[in-house]
Amino acid sequence: MSDFNKIHEKILEKYPSRVLKNRKEHILIKDSGETQEIAANARTVPGIITNRGCCYAGCKGVVVGPIIDMVHIVHGPIGCSYYAWGTRRNKGKAREGGKNFLQYCFSTDMQESDIVFGGEKKLMKAVEEAYEIFKPTAISISATCPVGLIGDDIHQVAKQAQEKLGIPVLAFSCEGYKGVSQSAGHHIANNKLMTDVVGTVDEKQGKYAINLLGEYNIGGDEWEISRVLMKIGYHVVTTMTGNSTYEEIAKAHNADLNLVQCHRSINYIADMIEEKYGMPWLKVNFIGVASMSNALRQMAKYFGDAELMARTEEVIKEETEAVAEEMAQYKEICQGKTAILFVGGSRAHHYQGLLREMGMETVAAGYEFAHRDDYEGRDIIPDIKLDADSRNIEEIKIEKDDQKFRLRMSPERYEELKKEINLSRYDGLIKEMEDGSILVDDLNHYETEVLVKMLKPAFFGSGIKDKFIIQKMGVYSKQMHSYDYSGPYAGYRGALNFARDVSAGIFTPAWKMIVPPWNKEPALKGKVAEKGA
Amino acid sequence: MLDYTPKEMNEREALVVNPAKTCQPIGAMYAALGIHRCLPHSHGSQGCCSYHRMHLTRHYRDPIMASTSSFTEGACVFGGKTNLAKGLENIFNIYNPDIVAVNSTCLSETIGDDIGEIIKDTLPKLPAGKVVIHANTPSYTGSHITGFSNMNKAMVTYLSEAKKESKNETINVLPGFVEPSDMKEIKRILGMMGLSYIMFPDTSGVVNAPMTGRYEMYPEGGTPIQKIVEAGDSALTIALGDFSSKEAAYELEKKCEVPSSVLELPIGVVNTDAFIMRVVEQTGVTVPKELEVERGQLIDLMVDIHNHYHGKKVALYGDPDTVIALTQFIVSLGMVPKYVLTGTPGKAFDKKVKEILLAAGIKDAKVGNALDLMTLHQWIKNDPVDLLIGNTYGKYIARAENIPLVRVGFPILDRVGHSFFPTVGYVGAIRLIEKISTALLDKYDRECPEEDFELVL
Repeated sequence: MSDFNKIHEKILEKYPSRVLKNRKEHILIKDSGETQEIAANARTVPGIITNRGCCYAGCKGVVVGPIIDMVHIVHGPIGCSYYAWGTRRNKGKAREGGKNFLQYCFSTDMQESDIVFGGEKKLMKAVEEAYEIFKPTAISISATCPVGLIGDDIHQVAKQAQEKLGIPVLAFSCEGYKGVSQSAGHHIANNKLMTDVVGTVDEKQGKYAINLLGEYNIGGDEWEISRVLMKIGYHVVTTMTGNSTYEEIAKAHNADLNLVQCHRSINYIADMIEEKYGMPWLKVNFIGVASMSNALRQMAKYFGDAELMARTEEVIKEETEAVAEEMAQYKEICQGKTAILFVGGSRAHHYQGLLREMGMETVAAGYEFAHRDDYEGRDIIPDIKLDADSRNIEEIKIEKDDQKFRLRMSPERYEELKKEINLSRYDGLIKEMEDGSILVDDLNHYETEVLVKMLKPAFFGSGIKDKFIIQKMGVYSKQMHSYDYSGPYAGYRGALNFARDVSAGIFTPAWKMIVPPWNKEPALKGKVAEKGA
Repeated sequence: MLDYTPKEMNEREALVVNPAKTCQPIGAMYAALGIHRCLPHSHGSQGCCSYHRMHLTRHYRDPIMASTSSFTEGACVFGGKTNLAKGLENIFNIYNPDIVAVNSTCLSETIGDDIGEIIKDTLPKLPAGKVVIHANTPSYTGSHITGFSNMNKAMVTYLSEAKKESKNETINVLPGFVEPSDMKEIKRILGMMGLSYIMFPDTSGVVNAPMTGRYEMYPEGGTPIQKIVEAGDSALTIALGDFSSKEAAYELEKKCEVPSSVLELPIGVVNTDAFIMRVVEQTGVTVPKELEVERGQLIDLMVDIHNHYHGKKVALYGDPDTVIALTQFIVSLGMVPKYVLTGTPGKAFDKKVKEILLAAGIKDAKVGNALDLMTLHQWIKNDPVDLLIGNTYGKYIARAENIPLVRVGFPILDRVGHSFFPTVGYVGAIRLIEKISTALLDKYDRECPEEDFELVL
């Protein structure tokens, strides 16, 4: 039996039968000889120490929160808004003459009387006060658990407020108990942006206009990606949603190509935009030098312009040369080390190439809130059976917008291109990994301990709740959601930042000092001098 | 920075901007971590547990373990009984704690789950000798401090017993929502005085555990369950902090007839003196020389460098017990509290702070509870201060107004030290003075005209 199979057994042996039945569907050993299926986007067993958060965290925390010029009001008791204040590191900078409210935290701070008598009046008042004081471009209202339970109609409040104040007011029914993870919240947020915002401002764009979907500007990632894109000659109409403004999102349909970075949080919106406005989407990965260059080349192919292709190669050459020497240094010291990645719904995949560039193989990986297609590829989407939890999340119907629909190329050329580049395509995490490596969905605390003990990686990329547990076990762990307050990690310079940080983390001298000298060797070497001698 | 906060004070009835409090469950989770081999459990959506663990982890930079009932929409409709019952079975099977401390959330409170009943029904299915306690911590009342207090009280309700005919000489100490370093310092002081004591909760050694290369899910620290049981036989309970410890002390008095004294947190000379005097009064022990030396060193420093801070205007914000005690200390340094604010609701806060200010002859300070940091910022915009003292969230105001910030309280997300070095006791006061003096002088050194830049200060 291989070591990996032993780990598989070791993980499962401790579980009571019902938990075992559930968890074994979420764990697999990669075997390219067969078509493998993994359970994902399913309920976490109660009592299990999971890394997952809630629907609200996915909606307000991840997707809606990063829009900089909106006031994001959280309707609920104080905690939900408080915890999402400044902790995710989605950076933003006000446009000239515009506003940026990322330093602020807004809440209706519901009290017991609001729970008993309803909180709609208080919410309406809060929206009015926010408008009076801050004059934002638009306002969002995010619901927390009790709101749905007591039946506050936040959509009615939003509608009335919008009429009264004359600015868009968007309401999100993202109560924490909906769905099984943050993923439900991504859907609820994105659906609303799709129905109410995208497509509302028409503006003709110049050449090479693109959108960056599923990019949240954590640690400034989007700024580094855009720096390179602009150098080549691209124009970024909007990001969804890192460092974006309301109006930029409203203009998204005017671009010519959607780039999808985080497949999990937004692939369905890319599909909808294509259906409604005729804009194709390309799956990209901006993490790692090779992946970044690959994405740029695919983009150039999409536009099919010789000048653009030449300029792309020029920039790739310039940028890769600028980081090559330092990257090589990190590779030299990290070569042969192993990694485990457990993060989000995309990063556990995206970072494997960058780690490989550092000479490090990822021996186990998994997602916190992915769906099956994030592991198995988009082809299996029609086979995914909807369970009760998924059915509770609204599916929106999109139709072609006859006025604004615009084919970006002939269907023939589209089909040709599809063979060459990742148009509407994502192959998933399983394909990325080596045979024999381990994939775990919704990894929990106990499984983390087993994996670290048995695989002894040099690096474990995970989140804040895991980080210090793993480090107590003597293994360097990095928060891959917040980058341990560093970054950017995307693009060329980002790859360098990541390699530098990971090398520092693995080689910081403290690791060698864990065992005190008196526990390493016999302390008594000579005779103790006699008293008074 | 905070560019859209207007100077004019607007009337706000409904909108809280930049809060100075958070919700009950996180306080309950922190308190529960102070029981040895305890796993806190959050009866609500996954996000609550995740947020609380994340926040505590960011503050302590150490593992914060807790489990969740992982509510789904179905559980909201049918009640969370199955989730909690199955959850408890799984927890003891997989994670093997000695005790689980369940806290409710706004979700489970709103649907009306009777956690006490669910626990009773589930206990027979759990391994023998295991303990489950719970506290109701609805997020829509009070604050994280209320949650801490409720879980501290639940420890008494579920565990403490008066078993003996007469009380022994042990003193119970309820330390309040303070750092593990503070709990350790209080124990050190009691140890120096040679006293028998029981402190609960006690997070020292739990959330500031050493690196050994071996991960222990339940580190060495935390009050043993048996000690909390025995607290019912003690001679006296000293509750430190009205808001975080009083309820548990009163419960102990009611349930086990242990008399109680509610004191302020022993921050600064006056409050530390009061703590030690109360102990002396109860036990008749002589205060050890070492402690008297520490006190003397503190007073010596207060005299020596008073010119660094005397007369400076201060804004204090944060949790009520901490801020009340700090106000007393700040006044004793000859500094002037100008704004004193907490996010936690409670009129007792205003009353206590105003008494301290009145005694010090300070008349024009603004004092308030259930307020937010936008209000504090607007006060400052209208009439500035020289120093901010409070948690990390004040850093936005500090930068916007160029006011030095001394980080004290919860949470501190961007600096270290709080887990290891106390602010309570005479030693803690010395540390606070060092921080205050350094913050003021660093700003002076950075900004004074070059001709005024001096080597010796």
